[in-house]
Amino acid sequence: MNFWYFLTALTLLSALMVVLSKNPIHSVLYLVFTFFCISGHYVLLNAQFLMVVNIVVYAGAIMVLFLFVIMMMDLSKNMPDSKTTITKLAGAVLGGTLLIIVVAATRKMDLREVVSPQTFSSQTGMVEGLGKILYRDYVLPFELISVLFFVAMVGAVMLGKREAGERNF
Amino acid sequence: MEITSTLFTAKAIYVGAIFAVTLGVATYSTYFERIVAAFMQDRVGPDRAGPFGIFQPLADAVKMFMKEDFIPAQSDKWLFIAGPCLSMLTALMTSAVVPFGDTLDLGNGLMLDLQGIDVNIGILWVFGIVSLGVYGVLIGGWASNNKFALIGAIRAASQNISYELAMGLSIIAILMLSGSLSTKNIVEVQQNGHWNILYQPLGFVIFIVCAFAECNRTPFDLPECETELIGGYHTEYSSMKLGFYLFSEYINMFISGAVMATLYFGGYDYPGHDFIVGKFGNNIAVLLGVGAVIGKALVFVFIFMWVRWTIPRFRYDQLMGLGWTGLIPLAMFNVVLTGAVMLFTVNEGGSNWITVAGSWAGVAIMLVFMAFYSQAQYKKKKLATA
Repeated sequence: MNFWYFLTALTLLSALMVVLSKNPIHSVLYLVFTFFCISGHYVLLNAQFLMVVNIVVYAGAIMVLFLFVIMMMDLSKNMPDSKTTITKLAGAVLGGTLLIIVVAATRKMDLREVVSPQTFSSQTGMVEGLGKILYRDYVLPFELISVLFFVAMVGAVMLGKREAGERNF
Repeated sequence: MEITSTLFTAKAIYVGAIFAVTLGVATYSTYFERIVAAFMQDRVGPDRAGPFGIFQPLADAVKMFMKEDFIPAQSDKWLFIAGPCLSMLTALMTSAVVPFGDTLDLGNGLMLDLQGIDVNIGILWVFGIVSLGVYGVLIGGWASNNKFALIGAIRAASQNISYELAMGLSIIAILMLSGSLSTKNIVEVQQNGHWNILYQPLGFVIFIVCAFAECNRTPFDLPECETELIGGYHTEYSSMKLGFYLFSEYINMFISGAVMATLYFGGYDYPGHDFIVGKFGNNIAVLLGVGAVIGKALVFVFIFMWVRWTIPRFRYDQLMGLGWTGLIPLAMFNVVLTGAVMLFTVNEGGSNWITVAGSWAGVAIMLVFMAFYSQAQYKKKKLATA
């Protein structure tokens, strides 16, 4: 439990640093560190598979692409403040909505119901259990998500592809 | 409590030993790299420091430490220091899940697993650490505040991401065969000569090409391409920081050799295992198995060097073309082929030899088809231009 507090404090601190640091590269690196802290939480929750997938997908691939793009930008040039009042307002509304959803979901959860050691299976978060649940109980949503991913991929290729003679957006 | 503490000490000794072996092999890889290069180019090679020059790595280390440790004035100082450290860290972390041996019997009912951690996601751990390996190069290259270093870093990032995909797809075929993500289980399935290389000839070729690219070795060492980028991402580095970058490359070579031995060459399996167990007991056999893993890894280190001094560097568009239009479709074909072969043989209770024959026949059919297809394309192009 003590380790949980330490990890949570570290997560919150690095997440704050993502927002507060001036240099975008530092922001991305703090974000990578935040993902590692979240992976630590997954380990504490006995979900090894989620932990390693979180690292492979987010820290290993998406954040590398983020860094890749930010490094290409000229950071020494002082960019004009592009955040107008409307974008700030929209951000506040979106963030607030997300916060309300999370709080509402947390309120519904009954924390008093402690899992009894007799019925608790230590294999809950392991990859075998996860695979069985995904492919037996939730196979339709799972397959639909893969279709969604495919559509997103095709869309990305369409956006990125430049025909000969066509204007580059 | 007594048992836990003894087991803890034994595990600590094991981890320390693997760490020492990794560093020792990496140190002497630098020496053998030059010996191999000298042999291939008909030169003498290093022969000054000690007999046959075997103290050359020590001399190099002393030289590296004595050099001025220079940090560019306009660089991001902390990230500049963090770059080589991250490279070393990620290079050393992979060996935690590589099973270097079977269980060792220490007496008093103590069984020591010769593996850092036996998690049931072992191979994904390897994959995750490999995908993190690019951060050291990326951060170091950007923090140098040098255009050549930045281009090197960006090349490293795009190269790693491209080749990771094919590597992941070739691992999936292994997972289908062994039915487990644990590296220990993958090795146990391959015992008594059922090595995965027999079932996965195409997968192994894809994996080794991707390993070359992930280690930034020639012919894929575009991030440090001297002819275009001076020194690439380590242009601004000097002293032991540069040493860490170069050293982590050699560690990566050894560890990826060990991973390939684990995935495709039976890990600690070697011919005559049962005979040794009968004659000298279990522990000797297990220790010989450790020797087998390290020996297989060293063979791969030699192949890395052999290729480096044989094949020239690719052009950048060739590198990307090979990754995206060559290896990824091949890896997908490999997954389908493995699935088909398993469907027709393993599930029907057929013999293993049918599986082996099916795998190789699939690859052969694909090669013949590719040959005819490229011939047809060539003829079409020739007609179009004529």
